[in-house]
Amino acid sequence: MAESNVKVLGTWASPFVMRVKIALHLKSVRYEDVEEDLLAPKSELLLKSNPVYKKIPVFFHAHNPICESLIILQYIDEVWTTSASSILPSDPYERSQSRFWAAYVDDKFFPALRRLLIGATEEDKKAALAEVVGGTVVLEGAFGELSKGKAFFGGDNIGFVDIALGSLLGWIEVIGKQCETKLVSEAKTPRLVQWADCFSAHEAVKDVLPDVDKLADFGLKLRAKILKALALTN
Amino acid sequence: MAGELVLLDFWPSPFGMRSRIALAEKGIPYEYREEDLRNKSDLLLQMNPVHKKIPVLIHNGKPVCESVIQVQYIDEVWHDKAPLIPSDPYQRAVARFWVDFIDKKIYELGSKIWKTKGEEQANAKKEFIECLKLLEGELGDKTYFGGESLGYVDVALVPFYSWFYAYEKCGDFSIEAECPKMIAWVKRCMQKESVAKSLPDQEKVYEFILQLKKVFGIE
Repeated sequence: MAESNVKVLGTWASPFVMRVKIALHLKSVRYEDVEEDLLAPKSELLLKSNPVYKKIPVFFHAHNPICESLIILQYIDEVWTTSASSILPSDPYERSQSRFWAAYVDDKFFPALRRLLIGATEEDKKAALAEVVGGTVVLEGAFGELSKGKAFFGGDNIGFVDIALGSLLGWIEVIGKQCETKLVSEAKTPRLVQWADCFSAHEAVKDVLPDVDKLADFGLKLRAKILKALALTN
Repeated sequence: MAGELVLLDFWPSPFGMRSRIALAEKGIPYEYREEDLRNKSDLLLQMNPVHKKIPVLIHNGKPVCESVIQVQYIDEVWHDKAPLIPSDPYQRAVARFWVDFIDKKIYELGSKIWKTKGEEQANAKKEFIECLKLLEGELGDKTYFGGESLGYVDVALVPFYSWFYAYEKCGDFSIEAECPKMIAWVKRCMQKESVAKSLPDQEKVYEFILQLKKVFGIE
């Protein structure tokens, strides 16, 4: 399969970029990795290829840019179909369930996690923490439903929801350490704990998830940058 | 394949309208059930325990939640009639991008237009028009976003037309004056029975907004 002109514009620290790389690894697609510095002004390439949001990741295939990680994942799944690993299930109802839970991760879980990272006051952090932990419990339930007793949300193999949630594991650990809490705990979410280990160890994943200490250091810089920007707009 | 199909919905919801249009385009019969959002039914709470929101599409007893997921589901199950989502993967990704954009921007900005005043409202109006202009750019010279026939983006966006009159009255501006191509596209969509029958009357929506403003104590 010709895999020329496959490029990922992103950064090592972004879970959304990690999703794209995991999907490409799953499909054994080689790509060019273009690093964008999140702490510096946005590059010309980024501004040109994602004029609407100016955000990474941007995926390039044959010079066509595609934005939004979950949309990129579906594109990768639909183009590289010859490989063994399908990211979305083939049954329409199961696909709708996978899409629902991936949307939950992006629309509910991730924003709460982000609020926990950048929470300025103790009160903000406490509220965000309750939301995040509540979210993990909901996801534990989802795992029970979707995995049907297997190792992953996708069953025997990692799928759409595994990638959507699993890409956040590095940040979940960093933010948890910051709050001195295990956000995915054995007590409340034993199945997710097990799943997290399996996911992190997977061939397509292990080289993509970043070193936690490096991420923690980056997290502090990112938090400072975000808080500074928020202060300027208030 | 048809089986039992129920749509839990609320008449002014632009999200519910999306599923109504998709089902009508494909000529699929279903049972429409109106929900009272101040008194949600046991069925709604059971079928959408995570968000407790409409619309919920129930197919043979199994729920599909979130309107964009419903439209994709409907298109995949009833794929031989009036396809909405492009078959080419890149065109599909582009359509998904714009539907996602509509979801991120249009409802929230529209809500700010009727809920707020002064500078906040002025900013919302400005951004709203900018978003519609971006969408006009994507439409280009095409009849519909989907090309010669109604597509995924058309279905996702046109429901908001039923709220335009309310936005215009509350915000004191004319969407047609700012975005004539958008309104021209809307009029083409409204000529389709599937769309015309799925959207409520704009004046009725405006009355509903006025009632909501009273309830929330917004002037």
